[in-house]
Amino acid sequence: MGQRVAIVGTGQTDHKSSRKDVNGVELIQEATARALEDAGLRRQDIDAVVIGNMDHFEGINYVDMWSIDGNGGLHKPVMKVTTGGTTGTTVAIAGYYHVASGLFDTVLAIGWEKNSESDTTAAIITCADPFWERPTFGGAVAGLAGAACEYMHRYGITERDAALIAVRDRKNALKNPYAHLRKEITVEDVLNSPMLAYPIKLLDMCPRSDGACAIVFASEDKTKCITDKPAWVHQVSSRHNFTFFTDVERAGRMPTLYEACMDIYKNEGIKNPLHELDVVEMYVPSSFAGLVWIDALGVCDEGGAARLVSDGVTEMDGELPINPSGGVISTNCIGATGLIRVAEAAMQISGKAGEHQIDGAELALATGFGGCQWSDVLLIGSSKPN
Amino acid sequence: MERVAIIGVGQTKYERNKKGETFADLVFEVVTKALDDAGIAIEDIDNVVTVSNDFWDGRTISSMAVTDACGSYGKSVSTVEGDGTFGALYGLMRLLSGSFRSTLVVSHCKGSEGSNHFITNAIFNPIYERIIGLDSISSSALQARRYTEKYGITEEQCALVSVKNHKNALNNPFAQIAMDISAEDVMNSRMLSEPIKLFDSSPISDGACAIILADERMAKRVATSPVWVKGIGHSADAYNLGDRDLAEPAALIRAAQKAYNMAGIKEPYKEIDVAEIYDAFTYQELLWSEGLGFCERGKGGKLIESGETTMGGKLPINPSGGVLSAHPVLVAGLARIAEITIQLREEGNGRQVDGAKTGLAHGINGACGQAHCVWVLEN
Amino acid sequence: MSKQKYPLLTISSEIEQPYNYSLGRYGGRLLKELKHNKKIVGIKCPKCGHVYVPPRQVCGKCFVKMDEFAEISNKGNLESFTVVYFSFLDPETGQKRPVPYGYGRIKLDGADSGFLHFLEESDLKKLKIGMRVEAVFDENRTGNFKDIKYFKITKERNPS
Ligand SMILES: [Zn+2]
Repeated sequence: MGQRVAIVGTGQTDHKSSRKDVNGVELIQEATARALEDAGLRRQDIDAVVIGNMDHFEGINYVDMWSIDGNGGLHKPVMKVTTGGTTGTTVAIAGYYHVASGLFDTVLAIGWEKNSESDTTAAIITCADPFWERPTFGGAVAGLAGAACEYMHRYGITERDAALIAVRDRKNALKNPYAHLRKEITVEDVLNSPMLAYPIKLLDMCPRSDGACAIVFASEDKTKCITDKPAWVHQVSSRHNFTFFTDVERAGRMPTLYEACMDIYKNEGIKNPLHELDVVEMYVPSSFAGLVWIDALGVCDEGGAARLVSDGVTEMDGELPINPSGGVISTNCIGATGLIRVAEAAMQISGKAGEHQIDGAELALATGFGGCQWSDVLLIGSSKPN
Repeated sequence: MERVAIIGVGQTKYERNKKGETFADLVFEVVTKALDDAGIAIEDIDNVVTVSNDFWDGRTISSMAVTDACGSYGKSVSTVEGDGTFGALYGLMRLLSGSFRSTLVVSHCKGSEGSNHFITNAIFNPIYERIIGLDSISSSALQARRYTEKYGITEEQCALVSVKNHKNALNNPFAQIAMDISAEDVMNSRMLSEPIKLFDSSPISDGACAIILADERMAKRVATSPVWVKGIGHSADAYNLGDRDLAEPAALIRAAQKAYNMAGIKEPYKEIDVAEIYDAFTYQELLWSEGLGFCERGKGGKLIESGETTMGGKLPINPSGGVLSAHPVLVAGLARIAEITIQLREEGNGRQVDGAKTGLAHGINGACGQAHCVWVLEN
Repeated sequence: MSKQKYPLLTISSEIEQPYNYSLGRYGGRLLKELKHNKKIVGIKCPKCGHVYVPPRQVCGKCFVKMDEFAEISNKGNLESFTVVYFSFLDPETGQKRPVPYGYGRIKLDGADSGFLHFLEESDLKKLKIGMRVEAVFDENRTGNFKDIKYFKITKERNPS
């Protein structure tokens, strides 16, 4: 039943706030060419393509069809998957299942967004129920702000506690040549930056970027011929439990991420994730979420994330480094964002992360976050899965 | 390929304006029907694939709107944006991986809530093509013109598809447009975009469809008449209309070949007993029949004239009335799979093809059938 | 080809995408009650007893159909809030949404799920989680979500 799957190549574009030098298809092509080059493959070696983004950011319908010249799918099987913010991780999971099914051996998975081409908040607002939620909803910033407000109140967390997340990720981004924002910031910088929606300030929040990411997934047989340092996909899981924002259970850990993580730990036999995981690439859209999501990893007590962060546990040299790449707070081309987490996790496992490499990383977790608490999680490892 | 079966299907009645139902209401209706049909409960489903499109729904993350209604709470869930045949294909992959035993696939669309023109205009290149005003109808008119001119397909041959399918629809309780009309009626109907006339076209429809796929163990345990997946294939053609010869269904030929190879089918016209194919316009049934190898290239017109694709013929095509009789976009391909399932279980009543053992279902994506997905099913 | 440099261009287009979203039978009932009776109605799950507002057909958790409508108080507790300062395009109007504005997640008495609405107050210093708030209805109600103008802070003490 099924076949083992590894990540054998990744490619990212030069992410920027506006890539006016390319159109969307060319942007996608930049990422796919780099992923193929990394894997040492040509377009002819690819059996199928899976791609995703969020339609309303560029106003292109049937993106899988439109991007065919750039996505490598001409005369090949092509499919589009999309789940909002999680789209990138959803693409990765679909790439995994394409190969695991035994129907395909070498699959290209692509996530992309050209956020400069529309009003990001306007496009996100339409995810809300047209009658009951759109009139008030202020997009991702405001939605995350409400949740942050509640989390601070419940656990006595301060804006300063959260700022440490932004400071950490922006510092890590200095070592990642692909990161969009590469400038070190301080806690004071974060606290003094303009308030967007209380308690989220400009530097608490991820930017909007133009960019694409591509990953080559391969079957065990193909993997042998491609690389001796594959990043094996050990586990994947997704959860999305609610239609309305107001139904989301806010008590306790972020429920869908927690459930998906627990699903993965159970299937992998992980008992102590803090010790057993070597690195996490986490979809952290705002500094406050960076705390809430740590609670949901099950690596501390509820509300304990701030302590973990201030103790340096999640720094590059800590027990569980989070976001060596600089994370989403440094780069956010939305449909690619989740896929970049997976690519970066795979790069860590394959020893290809360069200056932001965590030495000896053998087990990496990548997470995706999307609308109304959509959660995707992938576990990537250096050993061949059972 | 491991054995996977379809063990349950559910469809709404397809209608122009389902004002009383939200997307979620439609999804709940068909998921409930599919579970009842399979004789299982939502707890027996371990993963869900929803199918929706943000343009058709007028909503970013359109699948968010149906999370409650699809029963995915606490389950692994994902979303395909494209025709329902592609959603079902992803559901199949998830089962074949060995990670799951039962996938619920559900697709919804309310064509009446948005504007077909604006939504399908957004398929085209924003810099070079949209300004011409292209949409699903006018682009298909280009394809119809090219195909009929290249192969000498007549207006009447196209009209016969409309006559056949709308008549078949009289026997399908889910169909939206069922009528007994003549070829003259079709040819005299209002011109939409030359050479496509009103009765050459599928309607604007609201509706939903769900199917349940199960691995062999579960299928054998719960289903009295499982319908087995024997072969699948999908493929995409070039995007720019100018990069394609619109008279040549290259992507379909590839997709079909793959599905046939998997199913061990050498002579599709002889070996397939019934087909449900994506006839968004009359010419498409002829062109896709060629791509599927039911007849030689350019002989689609002769095929319909032979009468062999009507009920009682050698290879009845679209006993349900096809997409011409109800066209909820994204749902339509999944409905083709559901209808073939019904045929292979011999539950088609008035639209039943006697003794159907092997069936084919087909879906398309993008403009002028840029991508195709082909399923071969067997009882 | 000459080595002339070409400027990087963008083409602006305002895509209009009109929709007629159906409220369905459940949401329609809430709008009717708001307009005619200044009342908020929710719906109760026959299995888990959870009371949802706005009303809809399915309890996602139990996957059962709900049909017991429940009247819900116009008052509740402020569970969370934000004040939005940054300006953005409102896709419903095509205009910039006026800022700053406050909105919150309100747990209405008698409901188990939250309810999103505008807050009269947009001064951060005056807003606190756990405050009691009450719906203020528009005099000219048109059968719209905005028939409730906003929620205002009341002097009541939070009973919990
Ligand atoms: Zn319930």
